[in-house]
Amino acid sequence: MSRVRLLVGTRKGAFIITSDGKRQKWKIEGPHFGGWELYHLKGSPVDPDRIYASQCSNWFGQIVQRSSDGGQTWETVGNQFNYEGAVGEHLWYDGTPHAWEFKRVWHFEPSLDDPDTVYAGIEDAALLRSTDGGMTWTEFPALRAAQGEKWAPGAGGMGLHTIVLDPTNKNRIFVAISAGGAFRTEDGGASWKPINRGLKSNYMPDPTAEVGYCVHRIAQHPARPETLFMQLHWDVMRTDDGGENWREISGDLPTDFGFPVEINPHEPNTVYVVPITSDSLHYPPDGKLRVYRSKIGGEEWEPLTKGLPQENCYVNVLRDSMCTDQLDPGGIYFGTTGGQVYGSADGGDSWNAIARDLPAVLSVEAQTLP
Amino acid sequence: MPTLRIQLPFHLRNLAKVTGEVPLEVDEPVTLAAVCDALETKYPPLLGTIREPSTGKRRPLIRFYACSEDWSNAALEAPLPEAVATGAEPLLVIGAIAGG
Repeated sequence: MSRVRLLVGTRKGAFIITSDGKRQKWKIEGPHFGGWELYHLKGSPVDPDRIYASQCSNWFGQIVQRSSDGGQTWETVGNQFNYEGAVGEHLWYDGTPHAWEFKRVWHFEPSLDDPDTVYAGIEDAALLRSTDGGMTWTEFPALRAAQGEKWAPGAGGMGLHTIVLDPTNKNRIFVAISAGGAFRTEDGGASWKPINRGLKSNYMPDPTAEVGYCVHRIAQHPARPETLFMQLHWDVMRTDDGGENWREISGDLPTDFGFPVEINPHEPNTVYVVPITSDSLHYPPDGKLRVYRSKIGGEEWEPLTKGLPQENCYVNVLRDSMCTDQLDPGGIYFGTTGGQVYGSADGGDSWNAIARDLPAVLSVEAQTLP
Repeated sequence: MPTLRIQLPFHLRNLAKVTGEVPLEVDEPVTLAAVCDALETKYPPLLGTIREPSTGKRRPLIRFYACSEDWSNAALEAPLPEAVATGAEPLLVIGAIAGG
């Protein structure tokens, strides 16, 4: 029977949570790296026991941990994330130029076909790749050449947080940056194009500028690579032409501010978001934690509440804190800043608290194991 | 080559997989830079945790204490006190007190 392993990064360590294919009983192990912020952990699709973890601290900087046995043991690997060539400047919060400076790794995206190749999205925003299991890292500098001087940090910093590797085209990668926008390469990273047509953000001097958007998350279903769903700062968006044009699909959501967006593993048109009150109030509307699901690819949304707190709930769900497994029916999971991890084994119809009292959850990734 | 006594903060001891005070052989002249070089050589996971990788400067929330004095803002190339260089007194690497 298949198993599921959740890799949970929190403000105070990493937790590994496992279950059999029924997904009813869970075993929690951890904390790994107790006391450190674990921004993100992710396993290789071709070797699930190979896991990369971003461990960081305001005191001691960035550490990269690698496991080759599913998280039982770890070893530190390379933590030198250098920008290629002239470092240059981006915009600071007040609109003045500010030199690029490495702060932390927000996201690891292991290659779809090689466990030793892994991409890193960092703050200040850049994309790097390692082909030696994380020992050394090399930047794709052409990304910052895509009008990087006009990018600016969002409230949480200027991070590259989303890396989508197109399963049908090795040379095509999508990335998203807060607040730079979405970008696409068709040549393996040698050149990058802003893909933000259709987005609109009133916090920018030019609300329809080519770059500068605070994209929160992008999701792609492998069966339909031209379609991407986006949670923008405000607005839920969709493209059906690989990012050339976006249209809003917020429809009847109670609020279209939020962070994660996910797609059902078996239904490319079934999308999940977690509406958050506003950019000033980072908690769910009315104290009710509700996942919203659209089964028709947007516009019409239904609240999913069974098993989720429907009063006095004021947590947030961060952008890397929602994921799906590959079982059938599809499992979907999310973690909260209140330390809860919720899971659904029926595509979102009902939810259970897998963990209730962890530190604030920064990321959740699901692995489906044989 | 003198052997110094280094006291590391909790998280760096865990990262280096050591317990208690660390004996460390350091090239002369014995300076903070030489101590950091020796620590990073002996314990590669500490690379970048005490000094910024890009600048080589002390991380802002790291402090150095030696012989009851604060050496945090001393030049990394300045010779450490004789008592530290001979191992009579430890060098303390401290994580600045800050909450969270």
